[in-house]
Formats: sequence, structure tokens, C-alpha cells
Amino acid sequence: MAGKVSTQKAATGRVRLLVATRKGAFILTSDPARRRWKTAGPMFLGHTVHHCVLDPRDRRTLLVAARTGHLGPTVFRSLDMGKSWKEAARPPAFPKAAEGQKGRVVDHVFWLTPGLASEPGAWYAGTSPQGLFRSEDGGANWAPVSGFNDHPLLATWTGGEQDGTPDGPKLHSVLIDPRDAGRLYVGMSSGGVFESRDKGKSWRPLNAGCLADFLPTPYPEYGQDPHCVRLHPLAPDILYQQNHCGIYRMARPDDRWVRVGANMPKQVGDIGFPMVLHPRNPDAVWVFPMDGGSVWPRTSPGGKPAVYGTRDAGKSWRRLATGLPARQAWLTVKRQAMSADLHDPVGLYFGTTNGEIWSSRNEGASWSCIARHLPQVYAVETA
Amino acid sequence: MKVLIPTPLRSYTGERHEVQAAGATLSAILADLDRRYPGIRFRMIDEQDAIRRHIRIFVNGNQVRALQVPLQAADEILIVQALSGG
Repeated sequence: MAGKVSTQKAATGRVRLLVATRKGAFILTSDPARRRWKTAGPMFLGHTVHHCVLDPRDRRTLLVAARTGHLGPTVFRSLDMGKSWKEAARPPAFPKAAEGQKGRVVDHVFWLTPGLASEPGAWYAGTSPQGLFRSEDGGANWAPVSGFNDHPLLATWTGGEQDGTPDGPKLHSVLIDPRDAGRLYVGMSSGGVFESRDKGKSWRPLNAGCLADFLPTPYPEYGQDPHCVRLHPLAPDILYQQNHCGIYRMARPDDRWVRVGANMPKQVGDIGFPMVLHPRNPDAVWVFPMDGGSVWPRTSPGGKPAVYGTRDAGKSWRRLATGLPARQAWLTVKRQAMSADLHDPVGLYFGTTNGEIWSSRNEGASWSCIARHLPQVYAVETA
Repeated sequence: MKVLIPTPLRSYTGERHEVQAAGATLSAILADLDRRYPGIRFRMIDEQDAIRRHIRIFVNGNQVRALQVPLQAADEILIVQALSGG
């Protein structure tokens, strides 16, 4: 299926952006032309919101992963697009450790993934530190996926607390093969990409070909730092990842990552956090490169922000910066803070750590700022 | 027993800053609080039964760090949000 463009019908009408920030959540709603936007919120003002996701199966259940500076992590649910909320009765939490043993503690829920249409009510959550949880009832009650959380090699795969992001080690990019609800992928920073073919009972590393230049062995079996992993919903054998060490593509059954970021302009490099796929063309991908040199500034290279896009599965990349600041703009875009809608042409959106939301109605050809002065943006999802 | 609730937790208590709970230990008091106000305990006590990093609990003005501390009916419990702004 690689390389084939689906004829799936494109969406029309208004677009909603679910924006999670360090100080609450917002919903931006467009007009049908996607030219004008209104910002609603904040919801959960003062809460650290890592992810806000709409259930695509019912188009009305909204889940928010939140905590505050003082209070522990939880998940809130809304059945009316954010007008009212109810907290999960049993939020994601590790089991209580046996007497005398040190148990793990969820610091925050970082990632939310709705299950397939064949599993109504199913959701997955990824946490910091790395943990995987599943809900069977629309996010009201969460249980640990013990095949992952209690795997005897988990600590070996992930290293220690010092091996995570500055905000803690994370499990992210929970992906489900749309052909098979039992086939799961997760990304871990750090730890790498892992795959399960039995609904989370067993796991194996999936990191061949992926560099880890911060480890003694440059191509280890695990220990990599995938920043964002994507699986194409219409071509589920195609995986992409924006990694700490470049942009990669995998075309299964070949279980080896190929560094397609090597084809990026050398002065820009292929380091960044987010990665977005075209909803109908598995060869079209967008990234937001950031400076990964010296002390890893993670800002737009040279202070000149740009999205880069490919339409040939990474063989060539095109700079897409029209409308973005031309200079002295040191933008950072986090791994969950870039997304695409289902329109034709596809709309692209990204949020920055300085509180701006940028939009393109034409697959990156031109950009406009549709919100500013928001808190630090953690995630942007379309709905 | 009187329990004083800090602002971050008052969404659970209907915005009341003072509530009642029963129990012979702090652990029992927190369990009773959670029965009355579901979800409140996990926001201040983690899954390993440790008081979360930015929560402080005082009994009659003295900070306690263990949930098994015994309590008397006349004791007053103060739950405080420690400094964690910015």
C-alpha cells in the first residue's frame, strides 16, 4: 500500500482545535472556510493540561489529562464538548507496592489515545514515568496494562529518571493498528519504540536502524529517544518517527527504520519534536525542525521558523515558511503540539511554547497566527 | 473531626473550606473524606500512600508525614498547599 493515495473523502466545515497548555485548556473553532477563529476557554485554568482529545467514535466524549502544581494527576471527561466535566473515578495509577518495596507513582498523564471503533469505550493513556493504562468505559476507570508496566525488562529499556525529558520520562505515541486492536505501538522517552501483537501482554523493541548518539552503542536494541511516532491510518504498515536523532520511516514487514531526515537541508538538520501525517497520502509528512546542536536549544534553526514537508516519503523535503516570522523567532513546538485536519487541502496547525497557534489552510504553503498570548502550548489536536 | 480544606481541593467539597470526617487515624480520616468527596484523596496522596510533594498535613498545628498517625475526636486537621507556583 505504500505510496498509494487513498480516495477517502475529505472533511468539510468548521474545525476545532483542542489546545492543551501549561495553564489550562482552550478550544479554537473556525468558520467553515477555516479563515476566522474564535477562542473559548480557559478550561481548568491553572491546571497543567498535557493532552485534550475528542473521541472520534462518538464525536462528543472529550478527555483531558491534567494535574496541578499541588495535586496529583487525573483525567477529566466531558460528554458535551467541554461545557461540563466529571473526573475519572479511578485515574491511572500504578499498583501499591508490597511492604518494603518501592512502588512507582504516576507524576502526570501525558498521552491519551482512543481505541478503535471495534472497541467502544476503550482508551489508552501513557504516563510519566513510563506507564501504559487502559480504560474500558470511556475514561472513567483506568487499569494498568500489566504486560507492559510489570515487564521484567522495563527498567532496563527505560533507564532511570535521569534518562527522561526535562519534564520527566514519558510514554507517548500510543498507536493502534486499525486492522487489529491487539497490535499496539508505544514510544518512550527514553526507551525507544516498542510493539505488542497481543493487546499489550508481551512487548518487543522496534528500534533497528535508529540512532542513539547519546549512548555508547550508536544503534542499540533499545534506549532511543523517539519524540513522536506516527502510524498512517490508511497504510498501517507505514510508520514514521521524529526522533531525538533524526526523522525516520519504517515500511513493514521490514522492521528497520530508515533515516529519511538525512535528505533534509544540512543547515536545518532533522531534529525536532512533532510530526504530522497527511490523512490520505501516506507519503506526505510534515515536521517542525529545531536546533539540536551543542546544548540542544530546541528552537527554530537560526531563529527562522519553518515547517518542512515531504510528498515522496522523505526522499525530498520542501521548506514551508510563508507567513511565519522571517527572523529572530526562536520558536519551540512540543511533540503533541502539531496536527492536521481532514480537509482538502489539509489544514495544518502548531502551537508554540510562547503561546501562539499557527494555522495553514493549504498544507503548509502559507501560515497565519490564529491565537497568541496563550500559556505555553503542550498539545494541539484537531476535532 | 474538623478538616480544613485548601483552595485547590474545594472543588471536591462544594467549595467548603471546613468539612467533617471520622476515623481513628489520618489514613482512616482520608478514606472517609474520599467516601464523602470521591477522588479527593488521590489528588493529595499517591498510589504508594505517600503525601504528595506539594501537600502538607498538620494535626493540631504539627506537621505529620505518616498516614498511620493516631487521632482523637477533638483533633483538627489542616491540609495545606505548599509553595508550587510559577
